[in-house]
Amino acid sequence: MDSKLHISVSPHIHSGISTQRIMLDVILALLPAAVAGCIIFGLSALAVIAVCIVAAVASEFVFNLIVKKEQTIGDLSAVVTGLLLALNLPANVPLWQAAVGSVFAIIIVKCIFGGIGCNLVNPAITARVFMLVAFGSMAKAAFPIDAVAGATPLVELAEGNMPSLMDLFLGKTGGAIGETCALALLIGGIYLLARRVITWHIPAAFIGSVFLLSFLIEGFDLTVALSLVLSGGLFIGAFFMATDYVTSPATAWGKIIFGVGAGLITVLIRSFGNYPEGVSFGILMMNILNPYIESWTPRKLFGGENI
Amino acid sequence: MAFGLRGVHAPHRKNTAGMSPVIMDTPKTVTIPTVMHIGAPATAVVKKGDHVDKGTLIAEQNGVVSSPVYSSVSGTVTAVGEILLSSGKTAPAITIEADGENTVAASVVPPVINSREDLINAIRLSGMVGLGGAGFPTYVKFGADKPLEIQELIINGAECEPYITSDSITMVEGAEDIAFALEALIKYLNIEKVIIGIEKNKPDAIGSMKKIAEANDKIEVKVLPSQYPQGGEKVLVYHTTGKKIALGKLPIDVGCVVCNSTTIASIGKYLKTGMPLVEKCITVDGSAVKEPKNIIAPIGASLQSVFEFAGGFKAEPKKVLYGGPMMGITVPSLDAPVIKNTNAVLAFAEKEANAPKTTACIKCGACINHCPFGINPPMIAKGLKENDLELVKKAGAELCMECGCCSFVCPAKRPIVQNNKLAKAALRTAKEVK
Repeated sequence: MDSKLHISVSPHIHSGISTQRIMLDVILALLPAAVAGCIIFGLSALAVIAVCIVAAVASEFVFNLIVKKEQTIGDLSAVVTGLLLALNLPANVPLWQAAVGSVFAIIIVKCIFGGIGCNLVNPAITARVFMLVAFGSMAKAAFPIDAVAGATPLVELAEGNMPSLMDLFLGKTGGAIGETCALALLIGGIYLLARRVITWHIPAAFIGSVFLLSFLIEGFDLTVALSLVLSGGLFIGAFFMATDYVTSPATAWGKIIFGVGAGLITVLIRSFGNYPEGVSFGILMMNILNPYIESWTPRKLFGGENI
Repeated sequence: MAFGLRGVHAPHRKNTAGMSPVIMDTPKTVTIPTVMHIGAPATAVVKKGDHVDKGTLIAEQNGVVSSPVYSSVSGTVTAVGEILLSSGKTAPAITIEADGENTVAASVVPPVINSREDLINAIRLSGMVGLGGAGFPTYVKFGADKPLEIQELIINGAECEPYITSDSITMVEGAEDIAFALEALIKYLNIEKVIIGIEKNKPDAIGSMKKIAEANDKIEVKVLPSQYPQGGEKVLVYHTTGKKIALGKLPIDVGCVVCNSTTIASIGKYLKTGMPLVEKCITVDGSAVKEPKNIIAPIGASLQSVFEFAGGFKAEPKKVLYGGPMMGITVPSLDAPVIKNTNAVLAFAEKEANAPKTTACIKCGACINHCPFGINPPMIAKGLKENDLELVKKAGAELCMECGCCSFVCPAKRPIVQNNKLAKAALRTAKEVK
């Protein structure tokens, strides 16, 4: 018998897609927003991005060394987490806080739950919420109104100084590094859709429900509703964070429920809560509900009537 | 197709498309297993030293679900021994040293068909088994003991596996055989309609089958999207008729019989000539093969001899398959023979042979969303790991046809089909214990 032939179960070819390639696509899709952030907020934004990415990758590397796990930084998911977190922080955040947030995202939210694929909630979103609570990084009180990336449009909206829709779309407003320029985020989102890394369901359901609910709550004022859609972390959240595979449902209906739920919570917090922004909480809450949504929305089995 | 089942767009790689099959040189010896079908092995009726001709019965059918086996060459039986099958089991096999004459046996005469029983018996005696898939004895499908009401006879010309072109070239060059067989089948069996399903990337086959359809208003050609696994039995039935086959049911339960196009062509050939199924048109291809081509090989010819006829290897073969790369079965050795349901043999060099490195599941859901049947592989894996067979069942493990779409699209390259096979085995064992 010729023992040199491989024996294996079919299939014997593969589409070529890999986790690394998917993560690379997400990084590429985030680049327009990162570049826009650096243009709008200057070099300090670049420093925050660099610190977050380095801290995220380094902490995963060190964690794997300590627990003697196979090195996983090559899958680029830590880069994605670091980059996403940075884009969710204001450019004037103290760099040590940015680093602590990154380490929290990777170690506490991801690695100790078993690494990639095992985290219960999205690392970047959770770190953002952690920083909000621990350092007040994103809260209005943390920044003087005239700071570079100080008051977000939502704060200004609450105070009655509404920026124009075009300024919101291009990102010439206050906010986190990567969340202000809706145009850049839209380009990235369309890239992810075209590459089939994500599907339309979550972004459409999320953004759509925020729009509809805002429209209703704001007394059918289209301009205000659109401003609310373009404000805050909605685009980056809907395209890049709510679509995280690990913490969102796999099926179309699951994704729609997830998106609508996140949108509902976002609007409720924005309108009635203590914080001006609710996107992070919306996603985080739906992350927690995700296992239930998945169990409610299985794909129908073809010919499975008698199972 | 609005109501289509899901699948994947596997690369076509139909390098041999349109290549007329070349008749292979008669190999020095052939080794013919007595089991090349689903069911009981046939019983050898020859012994060492016997002379046989091409078409001589060498093993007779054993029970209803079984099929007779004929010699593919003329020559002398040198051994009635055992052979290692690709399943890992061994089976009796008859080795014949060819005399190179290919003398046709006196028993090879066209069958006389005057009734349904004659036709069924002829199909039985032809040694015909499902040539596209598992090798189920064809005469049983058409109703071994009682007439069936066949609303649709579906001819599977989808040929959705990458590389393989033997079915499509048979539809082109064996069109007359197919027409001849269909005429007899329609005449003597209760067939309301024949639907020939072909993927749209095979215009030649579509053209030649459309000619047959024009001549008979009971025959219809259905052009299907080129999407794997279009040729899966349940998939094809659904896409040609809209009928769903539930778990544990057969096509005939919804009034359908599905036959591979090459099976039909081979039936036609038998009805015309009386030569039973002793040779196969096969696609020889893969990155290790020097001159990919379609060849007509005698059943029992070693894969070594088949590859030699295709110019030998241009790289060391590291993985050799019966069938296509999506569902093909690896063979342990080049001594493995061409069998009845071989439609392709592929040899791959090192690069394609190596299993990709597996990484952690990122719960992307690609496996779930590409499964034609909506099976949930991660749920199966979880159930299997936690020994929760109810969960395994609920996830749809029993429906898995092992088409491989899930493994094909998995970014973490997880061995999903393998896991599903384990799950199905676990469910079977649990049922037996009960």
